[in-house]
Amino acid sequence: MSEREFTYIGTRPVRHDGVDKVTGRANYGADFTLPGMLHGAVLRSPHAHARIVSIDTSAAESTPGVKAVVTSKDFVETTAKLMMGEGALDIHDIGDNVIARKKALYDGHAVAAVAATTEEIAREAAAKIRVTYEILEPVLSIDRAVAQDAPILHEDMVTKSRAKQPSSGPSNVAARLEFARGDLAAGFGQAEVVTEHEFRTPTVHQGYIEPHACVARYGEDERALVWTTTQGPFVVRDLCAAINSMAPSRIKVIPSEIGGGFGGKIVVYLEPLAIALSRKAQRPVKMVMGRDEVFRASGPTSATKIRVKLGAKRDGTFVAASISMWYEAGAYRGSPSGAGAMCVLAPYRIPNFLIEAFDVVVNKPKVAAYRAPGSPMAAFAIESAVDEIARQLKLDPIEVRLKNAVSEGDPAPFGPPFGPIGLKTLLETVQRHPHMKAPLGRNQGRGFGCGFWFNAGMNSSATITLGGDGSAAVMTGNPDIGGTRVAQALMVAEELGISPEQVRPSVGDTDTAGYTDVTGGSRVCYATGMAVIQAAQDVRDQLKARAAKMWNVSADAVEWKDGRAIPPAGTEKAQPLTVAEIAAKMAQTGGPIVGRASLNAPMAGPGFGAHICDLEVDPETGRSTIVRYTAFQDVGKAVHPSYVEGQMQGGVAQGVGWALNEEYIYNSQGVMENAGFLDYRMPVASDLPMIETVIVEVANPLHPYGVRGVGEVPIVPPLAAVGNAMRDATGIRFTELPLSPPRVLAAIVEQKQADAVGTV
Amino acid sequence: MAKLHIQTTINGEPAEFLCEPHETLLSALRNELGLTGTKEGCSTGDCGACSVMFEGRLVPSCLVLAAEAEGRSLTTIEGVATGDALHPVQRKFLEHAALQCGVCTPGFIVAATALLKQKNNPTEQEARYWLAGNLCRCTGYDKIIRAVLDAAAEMREASV
Repeated sequence: MSEREFTYIGTRPVRHDGVDKVTGRANYGADFTLPGMLHGAVLRSPHAHARIVSIDTSAAESTPGVKAVVTSKDFVETTAKLMMGEGALDIHDIGDNVIARKKALYDGHAVAAVAATTEEIAREAAAKIRVTYEILEPVLSIDRAVAQDAPILHEDMVTKSRAKQPSSGPSNVAARLEFARGDLAAGFGQAEVVTEHEFRTPTVHQGYIEPHACVARYGEDERALVWTTTQGPFVVRDLCAAINSMAPSRIKVIPSEIGGGFGGKIVVYLEPLAIALSRKAQRPVKMVMGRDEVFRASGPTSATKIRVKLGAKRDGTFVAASISMWYEAGAYRGSPSGAGAMCVLAPYRIPNFLIEAFDVVVNKPKVAAYRAPGSPMAAFAIESAVDEIARQLKLDPIEVRLKNAVSEGDPAPFGPPFGPIGLKTLLETVQRHPHMKAPLGRNQGRGFGCGFWFNAGMNSSATITLGGDGSAAVMTGNPDIGGTRVAQALMVAEELGISPEQVRPSVGDTDTAGYTDVTGGSRVCYATGMAVIQAAQDVRDQLKARAAKMWNVSADAVEWKDGRAIPPAGTEKAQPLTVAEIAAKMAQTGGPIVGRASLNAPMAGPGFGAHICDLEVDPETGRSTIVRYTAFQDVGKAVHPSYVEGQMQGGVAQGVGWALNEEYIYNSQGVMENAGFLDYRMPVASDLPMIETVIVEVANPLHPYGVRGVGEVPIVPPLAAVGNAMRDATGIRFTELPLSPPRVLAAIVEQKQADAVGTV
Repeated sequence: MAKLHIQTTINGEPAEFLCEPHETLLSALRNELGLTGTKEGCSTGDCGACSVMFEGRLVPSCLVLAAEAEGRSLTTIEGVATGDALHPVQRKFLEHAALQCGVCTPGFIVAATALLKQKNNPTEQEARYWLAGNLCRCTGYDKIIRAVLDAAAEMREASV
């Protein structure tokens, strides 16, 4: 498989949607308009936790220009569940999150929505809606949520657990999950060195630059059209159907270009409101979030508290680990605590461990997926602990990791044995890299971190229509969030032997594309790519059959080589035929050629990454600067290396932001105080150096080219790599993120004072 | 209040539109003139997605009133390419894969062309600081900076 010689896979053609994107022609969520379109606005709760006593919409409804007002009364309460991938989405909770029914559960929770002839009228009318709240104490942290006397968010929530009985009374802990192996006490009994810390990470947002936006048109035929910026048009369709009490077949979702998502544009926020408003007003309704709404009311990822106790022998062999993880879910159950628990020890062979993970509700927005959901925080904790073990034993941090690294056949902590994986190859590549030997300057430190992510499979479809000129149009149902169309074109080109420029990749809507799961889980190049390859092979088989017809031979006798049909030996006057030559005769040989494939791909090959970070701290201000960064990753096979590098670099930048500056800041009442890009500080160009990438290719046997998926792994290692670099630079083990200047400065000052006291 | 009638020049062509007195230039471009290449990312001047050239100056159009365009001259992303030919910055963005989702790209391209007009040989650091007003969440900026520096090199060569 890895020996296969490729013609186009691994090359770097210009992406097909590129010209539209550099000229401003590409249409994103907010760029779409319809004649007679109204504009929607949402009234949001100013309270983090409050019972909704009454809502009076009369003043809004009588405002000139207002055409419709909706509240939760306009939506039928449902208990339905929607299966997606391996998990079930709770429609009740998603609907309640779209518009609050009995309680507002976070600052920004939607309470009512208005459609009016202008955006301004809609906003002003929304402000006239009178909501009477009974304000309740907000629950703003894991520690408060699990306290005996904590206010309860959901009276009907009990702690689900396989290992133990559900909690007897209502709880803010939605679930407890456990993975165990070996004998923990005996394991720690063998340990010659033990490190134990409690780590905390804050609520952070995906920070996609394009806010949520959609247009919905509900017609007299009781069908709805929804144009929206989403990672999953089929999910939007199915969720809207459930929340708006419609059959999925009566909704068509047309995805726009998408301006970033990172997992945050899978679930719905505006679409059900826009459909309901359009149904009431009988006109199309456009809804666009402001940036403050994106922060306050779309899904960030969990704040976490993770306790790690790790024991090792003097030679660095890990013998035992005890890990407790609490993940904030936000207002409704469903944090990535389970994924975190599965990822935390994935890179290492440890004979004895106990991992327990808790899903905790708090009065913050419901978390959404964010790039390798749950794994970066877990890696921050475990990789910091591994670094401490290496330091205590005065061993090289890469050597310690290599000694314990999993390889093919080792069981994953969550059960099944790993197939061929590239972690050891990666670590050996790191050891040889010049970055490891580069000298460090004053106030500089070097940190290292590993990371794991599963990568997903799930459902995908692809259709390829051959043009009369031998070109090919390939369509899938995955919105292209970072170069998947050009990757798909490369696959079609590879299979048919035409140039990538002769392939026109596109994204279909829910009526034109075969069912396809979300653009997420790093699955598009892997699973949808597999469907594209199979559809191209289908086209190729048809081309062979047509050539056979032209030569009057059996189709089985025709060979396909270098993009041409080869006639069987001894066929008189028959010359090899190119795709274009066969395509030109389609009408005479049987009509149009359309290839198709649909599949349910098994979970993709797992991905590992390893990062080296050098940072410099200014001891006067606590400000740190990343001075050098190298990211290594086993991607299986890089289809378009430039976009693989781009994914790695982008993941690093997000991870560095998470490590150094990003956090949701709430006041004591649970109102977010930094809901804007000025105060929620994401990395800008001057914050970062060039980010070096090293692509390692250990082929994934589940994919015909060896593809593993790329996008999520690179956000996993940076939190720890940065934290370990900070430890190296300052001598201080920081256990709480972000490593913002005030926090770092305070620790440096404290350390100086302690040193001063020590010398007196 | 009655709408204002604004006469201005956009991408070298005379243009006119009606706007509310408090309407932003960004809104007028997108909603009154259909120039949706200029993107809204924050509406507080923090992300640079709405960057345009206003009288030769790089501005976030969300912080400019539409009425201020009266009698002035603007360039938006739609005016960066000349005829059929992409601007070198646009071409280099494509060659270097300096975009992923692409929603910040128009703002970056407008800002980068503004930089190269002022300085035809920027250092990496100068490019990074000039573009620090534009947020990109996908790329980590590496390929963007390379594209801008490469475009600068090509433009210098072309002007020799």
